[in-house]
Amino acid sequence: MTSTITREQVEDFLYAEADLLDSWRLDEWVGLFDQERGGYYMPTTDHPDGDPNVDLFLIADDMPKLRSRVEQLLSGLTWAENPRSRTRHMVSNVRILGRDGDVLSVTANFVVFRMRFQNIDPYIGTYHYKLSPRDDGAFTILERRVVLDLEALRPHGKVSFIV
Amino acid sequence: MPDGSNTAGLILDDREDGIFRVHRSVFVDREIFERERARIFDRSWLFAGHVSEFPNPGDFVTRSVGGRPLILAHGDDAKIRVLMNTCRHRGNLVCREQKGTVEFFRCFYHGWIYGTRGELKGVPGEEAYSEAFDRDALGLEPAPRMHNHRGCIFVSFDSEIESFESYMGDALAVFDNTLDLGDMEFVHGQFKYSMRANWKLLVENSMDGYHALYTHERFFSHWMQSEGLTRQPVTAPPSAVSNTPRGTVPLGNGHVTTYYPCTDGRPAVNRGYLEKHAGDDLQKFRSGLVDRYGPEKARMVEGGAGNYLIFPNLMVIDGWWVFRTFYPSSPDYMEINGWACLPKTDPPALRKARLEWYLAFQGPGGFATPDDVEGLEGCQMGFATHKEVEWSDISRGMKGNLAGGPGELQMRVFWREWYARMTTGKHAEYTGD
Repeated sequence: MTSTITREQVEDFLYAEADLLDSWRLDEWVGLFDQERGGYYMPTTDHPDGDPNVDLFLIADDMPKLRSRVEQLLSGLTWAENPRSRTRHMVSNVRILGRDGDVLSVTANFVVFRMRFQNIDPYIGTYHYKLSPRDDGAFTILERRVVLDLEALRPHGKVSFIV
Repeated sequence: MPDGSNTAGLILDDREDGIFRVHRSVFVDREIFERERARIFDRSWLFAGHVSEFPNPGDFVTRSVGGRPLILAHGDDAKIRVLMNTCRHRGNLVCREQKGTVEFFRCFYHGWIYGTRGELKGVPGEEAYSEAFDRDALGLEPAPRMHNHRGCIFVSFDSEIESFESYMGDALAVFDNTLDLGDMEFVHGQFKYSMRANWKLLVENSMDGYHALYTHERFFSHWMQSEGLTRQPVTAPPSAVSNTPRGTVPLGNGHVTTYYPCTDGRPAVNRGYLEKHAGDDLQKFRSGLVDRYGPEKARMVEGGAGNYLIFPNLMVIDGWWVFRTFYPSSPDYMEINGWACLPKTDPPALRKARLEWYLAFQGPGGFATPDDVEGLEGCQMGFATHKEVEWSDISRGMKGNLAGGPGELQMRVFWREWYARMTTGKHAEYTGD
């Protein structure tokens, strides 16, 4: 099933995802994930190859945590995002690295700018996706692993929005 | 108005009437900041790291501590050393990796080679030097003082500083209580983040019970609810341990804990989460503690000591096993390091549950820490008015008043030591109310 998927299809999906994030349509965004098996991970800056079962991560959300994260972000009680950051997700260098049954392994580079209180903080790194194609041409996200190139979250201080 | 040239008057401490105020210039003034570096950070024992980060001979970690680039080195003689990361020749950083394993350190600038004990082993073209050139005296300079307490490495840049034990005072027992949880290690993966805020705000915030329900409302009302967890009431600790039923205990020399070691000092939800996700393992772990320590001490060890400060900049947050240090590079900016310190021998499900619990609250991507960053950065922005709005109020709970919820004694303990160090250069005689 994955053998006919083109890079362009994947790019369209990732660009649409980026738009959901930048326009804070997070309810729709979280709906892109497999609601049972999905996950959103961000290793620490010093241990990009870490395993969330044994290592400390910045973010290691299974679906209950991720749904809660989105709910919190939209609740108005997440002071770090109230008022909301302005963000702009730039996605490039999209590659399909593997096709295993109905799972695509995809990587892409990103630069995400966060603008807040007169500061502009760039988040730079690589997305690692496990995607499952859907009948309608879109995809279901099985795993979204965000690996930062930053040596430290300095001066950013936090990853309070969805990178 | 007080300013940096005269530290006296920066704290208004009226125990009799129950008023405590801090002059906001202490958060913005550059002279005060420089004095803090000289009088506090240069003259304290500072936490540098844990041996589990560089467990074998040849392993090293580099890190800035107290503003100095350091190499935490495990020598080929199996000894732990803290070396100043600067070539004795002309100054270049000798080791420029964050972490690794080496046979020797080589400064690339002119090729000087140092062994893992810091000894100078090779100088290219050494015959160009006179007979007075003493290679043996030119090893990597060790930190003036170093102390390894049960794997926790502390340094001081004051060669005359009192012993580690004397410095720690009553905090040593509290610290040991944390380390008694098991054969502890720093989990791989470190939080390296920052705040655009004065470092002392993070001291206050890291042991502030008052802000929790407001700043972290989303954690309690959303995440805990989604997990089916409720806050549980805190009950009294074993009376043999402390006659302070609940609250802040000054530990001497500016160290302070928000709860004395007692099972119920730890946020009660902690056990709820672990029980839900690793109940069998937790039960076994608990009986292991009882076998090792007996029921009463086991209860204290598992419960932890709440949030505590080892003055000036090590925060241990027992309920989550957080070790956190911070250092200011300017009055309005600090770099923060955070680690998870957990028992090595935890079975997989328990390790995973502890990490999940940790991440849910703690760290730059957690459901609580980002809001702390937000709040403290907001305070710092507010301090631009410090010439007009001069004082912060830290009086909550003075005169023994515990009626209205969490007090601020723990912050006053810190500030009293801070003030003594900044003015007399000595420890505060008494930091309690």
